[in-house]
Amino acid sequence: MSLKIKKGIPLIDQHDKNGMWGGKFGGSFVPETLKKPIEDLTNLFSKLRNDKSFIKERDYHFENYVGTPTPLIKLDNLTDHLGGAQLWAKVVSENPGTAHKVYACIVHCLIAKRAGKRYVCTDTGAGMQGKNLAMVAKKFGLKAKIFMGLRDLVRQKKNVDVMKKYGAEVVPVTSGSQTLVDAVSESMRYWVANCQDVHMVIGSTVGPSIFVKISGYSTSQISRELKVQLIEEFGKIPNKLKLLNCVGGGSSAYGFWSEFIDYDKRHVNLIGVEAGGSKNSKLHAAPLSNNSKLGILHGAKAYCIQDKDGQIGETESLSSGLDYPSVSPLHCFLKDAGRAEYTSATDEEALNAYKLVSKLENISPSLEPSHAFATAISLAPKLSKDTILCIDSCGHSLKDSDIIKEKLGFYTE
Amino acid sequence: MKSEIQLTFENCKRENRPALLTYTVASDPNKKRSIQIINSIAKYADIIELGFPHSTPVGDGGQIQTSSNRAIKNGFKMRDTFQIVKKFKKNFKNKPVILMGYYNMIYQYGESNFLKDCKKSGVSGIICVDLPWPENKDFAKKCKKKLINFIQLLAPTTTKDRMKKIIRDSHDMVYYISMLSTTGGKLKVAPRKILDNYKKIKRINSRKNLVIGFGITEKIIKSLKSADGLVVGSLLCKTITKSLKMRQNPVTNLVKVVYNLKNKIL
Repeated sequence: MSLKIKKGIPLIDQHDKNGMWGGKFGGSFVPETLKKPIEDLTNLFSKLRNDKSFIKERDYHFENYVGTPTPLIKLDNLTDHLGGAQLWAKVVSENPGTAHKVYACIVHCLIAKRAGKRYVCTDTGAGMQGKNLAMVAKKFGLKAKIFMGLRDLVRQKKNVDVMKKYGAEVVPVTSGSQTLVDAVSESMRYWVANCQDVHMVIGSTVGPSIFVKISGYSTSQISRELKVQLIEEFGKIPNKLKLLNCVGGGSSAYGFWSEFIDYDKRHVNLIGVEAGGSKNSKLHAAPLSNNSKLGILHGAKAYCIQDKDGQIGETESLSSGLDYPSVSPLHCFLKDAGRAEYTSATDEEALNAYKLVSKLENISPSLEPSHAFATAISLAPKLSKDTILCIDSCGHSLKDSDIIKEKLGFYTE
Repeated sequence: MKSEIQLTFENCKRENRPALLTYTVASDPNKKRSIQIINSIAKYADIIELGFPHSTPVGDGGQIQTSSNRAIKNGFKMRDTFQIVKKFKKNFKNKPVILMGYYNMIYQYGESNFLKDCKKSGVSGIICVDLPWPENKDFAKKCKKKLINFIQLLAPTTTKDRMKKIIRDSHDMVYYISMLSTTGGKLKVAPRKILDNYKKIKRINSRKNLVIGFGITEKIIKSLKSADGLVVGSLLCKTITKSLKMRQNPVTNLVKVVYNLKNKIL
């Protein structure tokens, strides 16, 4: 059965009454306790989306706080160096939160305020989500609790320091693999126990369908800007455009692509790059490019790394932000409908990409978007000069300085 | 024909006491021991709940997480669940066993295959933590067809209107979650308040056997004895963990705990 994407309707809204995309991805597989809070959130969000004052407020903060639009720049040196397609970067990390997470954090905090909640909680892997929620919560006068796997807490300490600076409580999660998957579980458990006072934020387009929707709704700002910027630059959407984005949960990729999904794939090609893990290891965090089976994790049915019994599998990636065994139902849908392609890059390829990009250009992508750069670097030489390869540089590398220093021997911002 | 679960509740009612339901995890601390455990506590427990452990149990607190991880680490496979039930039912023909777990495990096993093996091994009921109503409608129907109880859950957040609908689709037993918490949380609601909610639910349909679970300890079990049934899980998982730590036999320790619990509600 081939899945069809409808035109003219945002992908986040193309689900059935059970919150399933393509009849098989997504849903809301949650404990009974969360049914009511999720229903309340669903109703509030659908009301707010059509509320002019809410949109005005959102746009005000996007403009004055995030500082939209984030720049779209041509990577001349990298283009010359590779000799082939033109490389461009949308430097989404040029915002006070240094990552795309800022959009959904703002939207969620605005919703929390309207819902009369004074507390917010979230999961974080690389610490970008935690840092952004801490920052935005402080701005809006909300108390934030951030759940973070102990392993990530150590390897992304720089972001932890920032979270604490903003007054958030950072809770180390010591269960399981002590990474993002465990942080999401623990944040959900906390919400189960405190749903009357706390608004839960999920850091990506994963989780029960309403969270997929809010996250995708928020990051869509990226492609709205990109569309305008491309038309300003080229007079139209270029004939051969490829949009490359790393995919962990998939919120930045969805946001980078959402305005372009209706275009023909030969016109605007969408390429998602998952975390392939170390080249010497069998472990990875790339369920789409490795054809993982459908499974249910954190309330959603999606392709998921797991064993035969359904126990969630171990993942491995140098980039904490991509280190998640499942992926957004939106990307499962895009994959099965044939609209987007998914591949993976290894830790080593991402590090080399970081090295090359930061040496030649004035940008410094974190290890997550470095995966997308890695794929772009390998594609560009094989493509014509009129092909535009545009990469979402969705996070800044500062958080990875310790890892980069250890692996490459140096780090310059 | 009345189900084993229904008969058990009727029996308890005749004795003017609530049914005691015990929850332990299959293969915790290992397969052999977990069989010994349920065989031994069955003397005092009216219904045996057996969890099939999942690596990512979002509805469970620390105690059950620890038990689940231990079981998985010690080699738990889904088919062990049915082998454990089969062995148990050989000794306790009429004692109902309810399986409890997360939907991904059932989904990967295949719903029909899962129910077939439930039937073969003698499972009486199923609780699926993350398959709420109405998402569970199809599966609940399949269970009913096989004469297996699909046990619906109700929470303090469940609205009255929703409760009515859920109860309409329920079988012999309904499970009320005592408070806003994962399993094994500290009881943050007064037992009187829990019983108020319990009575409200009973008023919707008094014939359904309604059990209360989450946060029930030796201290408070007595105050809830007017319910149709009471579930104790995390306390038992904690007892296993503690016994292992102290290098004591978890089986004897568990029997003591379950014996005490039972005595308090007689």
